[in-house]
Amino acid sequence: MLQSYPEGKKRSAVVPMLIYAQDETGAVTAELIEEVAKRCEVTPLQVDEVVGYYSMLHRKPQGKFHVQVCTNISCMLVGGTELYDQACKKLGLGHKQTAADGVFSLEEVECMGACSWAPMVAINYDYHHNVTPEQFDALIEGLKRAQ
Amino acid sequence: MAKKLYNEPSPLETKVISKRWGLEGSETLDVYLANDGFKAFLKAREMTPEAIIEEVKTSALRGRGGAGFPTGLKWSFVPRTSPKPKYIVVNGDESEPGTCKDRLLIEYDPHNLIEGILIAGLAMDAHKGYIYIRGEYRFVIEKMNKAIAEAYARGYLGKNIAGTGFDFDLYTHSGAGAYECGEETALLDSLEGKRGVPRMKPPFPAVAGAWASPTLLNNVETFASVPAIIRDGGAAYAALGTPKNGGTRLLCLSGHVNKPGVYEIPLGFPMMKAINELGGGMRNGKKLKAVVPGGSSCPILLASECDIAMDYDTVAKAGSMLGSGGMVVLDEDTDMVAVALRIMRFYAHESCGWCIPCREGTTWLRKILQRFNDGGGRHEDIALIGDVAKNMFGRTFCALGDAAAMPTMSIIQKFSHEFEERLAKQGSGLVSING
Ligand SMILES: Cc1cc2nc3c(=O)[nH]c(=O)nc-3n(C[C@H](O)[C@H](O)[C@H](O)COP(=O)(O)O)c2cc1C
Ligand code: FES
Repeated sequence: MLQSYPEGKKRSAVVPMLIYAQDETGAVTAELIEEVAKRCEVTPLQVDEVVGYYSMLHRKPQGKFHVQVCTNISCMLVGGTELYDQACKKLGLGHKQTAADGVFSLEEVECMGACSWAPMVAINYDYHHNVTPEQFDALIEGLKRAQ
Repeated sequence: MAKKLYNEPSPLETKVISKRWGLEGSETLDVYLANDGFKAFLKAREMTPEAIIEEVKTSALRGRGGAGFPTGLKWSFVPRTSPKPKYIVVNGDESEPGTCKDRLLIEYDPHNLIEGILIAGLAMDAHKGYIYIRGEYRFVIEKMNKAIAEAYARGYLGKNIAGTGFDFDLYTHSGAGAYECGEETALLDSLEGKRGVPRMKPPFPAVAGAWASPTLLNNVETFASVPAIIRDGGAAYAALGTPKNGGTRLLCLSGHVNKPGVYEIPLGFPMMKAINELGGGMRNGKKLKAVVPGGSSCPILLASECDIAMDYDTVAKAGSMLGSGGMVVLDEDTDMVAVALRIMRFYAHESCGWCIPCREGTTWLRKILQRFNDGGGRHEDIALIGDVAKNMFGRTFCALGDAAAMPTMSIIQKFSHEFEERLAKQGSGLVSING
């Protein structure tokens, strides 16, 4: 990753390195910040301020299955809001909450770029398009069984 | 053999950049090569940089990322004889609500994007490029990485590309969730490993962009349109559209239509035809109420204003913008107070906080709209919402403030009666006195 950028521009790798590392560790920890800072040759503070800015970076672990429901305009018009309410009930969680057992977490998200196949739900990095209420329940049940 | 796409194509489309989408293996280099792949690059290699840029100017291609700036003109601003390294940066942040097309250009036809970038590289004398892709699109980044790896392995990236002596290195760069990083200078800060906040212009990125070097920055779809322009000629491409609005573009249809989907249409395609024929008409036989023509930052058009051709200039004359191609169709039952609130919640959430008019303006508008929507609206709020939006418009550091102000001002202007009706329903007037 560091080799992608011009000579002396290792700082450029900070954001991608953070997000790929977070996928491994589950959250951005102080040690992770130290490590990224060292590799990218910047101060830990310079990494820390970036963490606070980007919505996908988080300091606390999310659930094993992070359920994201889009309620932005295109999704809202075709049932996205109702789908999000359904998700809250089904999972017993609110926005950015993680279940005590760590299996599920929920987030109401902004437009994910699936507007023409709305409403959409993403589980971790997997997109699900044209999601009906029944499909949503089945999806969650499937994950419960799989885990 | 045909491949299943996210939505069925329509016979009404004019397929230029999406023509390979349905082919089995369209994302592979072999299928690309068998279907016109890299012909344009080889042709461009025989042309001077000036001639390439001239061809792009002739094509009347305009940026597909939002502002619709003439691409050839932008290309001519980059000082290509500068001794500094020059960079090609591709904007794949795709975060404007209603927009879902750039991902398809990568998912279905990534080598076409690579070819467009290489042609830009020839024209700019640039040898490095970065494709900035929003972090949520991990699967898209992976598709792009796979195509890049294949292109390297087969000699279409790296040293001495296709035996032409031209060298070019191409990389993807993942974002991590921030709409503001789609703004070109914020994107460059993000690419440099910082918070994505906008930069002062001038200097423009063409002169001092990535790592303070001359940088050509365009949207994914803009670059993806270049191979066809070089291959078939700028004039042929221009002729597909209307004067000063060359070619085709991807329309992301969403909302209350029977057949939402991404469709490729020539510039100048009639808006009502897009709704009634491409989109299969309104869902459940409802009536059309309004259209957001090009992503949620565009002023909303009333149904009565939609009998127009979709090119940049005609839509601008009608008071809106073609923007990013995200066309959201609203039916008669749509609650415009809820729409205004949802749009503002987004911009308030995404305001980077760098400049005060945007940070405060979007936050207060969100609060007022939330209160209004929750039944605590006051009559003076209607004018207040319009005023705050108007005061924010044109006074922010980057265009995010405008993006929040424009739909809001248009909704207040065109749908104030719906706000009035809400007040009547809430039996208010009383609440408003000291409230
Ligand atoms: C707040 C904001 C967000 C933007 N988001 C995007 C985006 O996601 N993708 C994009 O291509 N352009 C986006 N733009 C427009 C870019 O700043 C820039 O104009 C564009 O990428 C230039 O490429 P083009 O000329 O090919 O359209 C955004 C602009 C603003 C102000
Ligand atoms: S509005 Fe939900 S994906 Fe775009």
